[in-house]
Amino acid sequence: MSDILADGKTAGAAPSDGLAILESQRSTAETFGIPLAVLAELTHRCPLQCPYCSNPIELDRGGSELTTEEWKKVLSELAEIGVLQIHFSGGEPTARKDLVELVQHATDVGLYSNLITSAVLLTKEKLSALADAGLCHVQISFQGNEPAVADRVAGLKNSHEKKIEAAKWTRELDMPLTVNAVMHRQNLHQLSDIIQMAVDLDADRLEVANVQYYGWALKNRAALMPTLEQIEETSRIVEEAVIRLKGILAIDYVVPDYYALRPKKCMGGWGRQFFNISPAGKVLPCHAAESITGLEFESVRSNHSIAWIWQNSEAFNRYRGTGWMPEPCKSCEFREIDFGGCRCQAFALTGDAGNTDPACTLSPMHEKIFKDAEREAAAHQDRFLYRNFAGGTLETEGEHGA
Amino acid sequence: MAMSRNISVSEASRPKLPRHARLKFDETRQVWVILAPERVLAPDEIAVEVLQLCDGVRSVGDMADQLAAKYAAPREAILTDVIGMLQDLADKGFLTEAREKTS
Repeated sequence: MSDILADGKTAGAAPSDGLAILESQRSTAETFGIPLAVLAELTHRCPLQCPYCSNPIELDRGGSELTTEEWKKVLSELAEIGVLQIHFSGGEPTARKDLVELVQHATDVGLYSNLITSAVLLTKEKLSALADAGLCHVQISFQGNEPAVADRVAGLKNSHEKKIEAAKWTRELDMPLTVNAVMHRQNLHQLSDIIQMAVDLDADRLEVANVQYYGWALKNRAALMPTLEQIEETSRIVEEAVIRLKGILAIDYVVPDYYALRPKKCMGGWGRQFFNISPAGKVLPCHAAESITGLEFESVRSNHSIAWIWQNSEAFNRYRGTGWMPEPCKSCEFREIDFGGCRCQAFALTGDAGNTDPACTLSPMHEKIFKDAEREAAAHQDRFLYRNFAGGTLETEGEHGA
Repeated sequence: MAMSRNISVSEASRPKLPRHARLKFDETRQVWVILAPERVLAPDEIAVEVLQLCDGVRSVGDMADQLAAKYAAPREAILTDVIGMLQDLADKGFLTEAREKTS
């Protein structure tokens, strides 16, 4: 979920068809309007235990979550300040009993709503109620194309089967479906089959998202890191499928940046076009931002408005634009292209969020992380550390023998 | 075998926006937008005018009649432009066709 309205996704339309992208009207690095889309992480509770979970290691407990009334107030405020789309995510958003009520409220205040779900808690009745409440789009995560791999990665029996069922209900209810496939060393061999699964499910879009290594995924990096050969094969498969399935299935591809030459334009630039709200109400520049220690994030429970937090809070301004950059970013011709890459990754790998993202070849750390990736990918340490509120549980010996 | 869901736009088509694409005036930015999964698009004035006619009832031919009268312009030229524009939208999945009633 790190790439909502990120580059490549907003760049869908050519100017020739009379459609221009709103984002492209912004010209300079320092410009930041109110984001078009916001990610609402309703809860960190989840029946799945995926080892690459994008939630922080320090999960928000159920008791700290915003109440129904607080979320409604947030949704109203977002619509008022000009946000157009709301992504309901988690954890597992359907673990909230008030989800239908929140979707209905989003509809009432004019927000376009998207559900990002593992789908295992959905029933047809629940999905139907969400559709009636005005839900515009459903995105279901898949861990593989068949239960043996998928259920093991999810850490939940029968989860794959339930997902397939929920995906079918989504299309029966005539809602558009995105299949989100998170890819890593232990399921990349299924990519062709996953693409076919998305076609068979009559999905509109497929996100082929290579794991990004923060939080839980960083802890599991040795078990997840693909080999360079796998990445090359992946790119070949995706490129072929994009052409073959034109008009049938739209495919978005998120490359793994450890093997990249240039860093990703993470979040479109810190505090530039995206924020998310954590279960406890923190307003964050990205879902992993709390991993950067030393930054204080304001809450919707504070006396400040969301717009004030976005525009004025120290955390959003800390890495906004290009003024904060040291070398090699400072004088780099790409500084307004990638904004120095990802702050969370810079922090995780160098200990300072103000450093150049090591995914960039200009970072002094780049060679090291490339070698780390190759070494870990080759070592075949395949045991997962499952994500949970207890700080993680190591997969038992023998379960990963496949 | 999966079939392409995208339509081929002709003079007889009666297109409309699919459920997941919403045409809306954005009060904050004072522009029309199309809201779609993971995307926000900004159609230009002409596209907005045509899209507002796409109600699943009017045919593309009807639209061309209406626009030709309004702008006192040659119908054939307008029809060609409208079909081109709508086909582009349809190819991107932002336009569908009202289902024919089976006779």
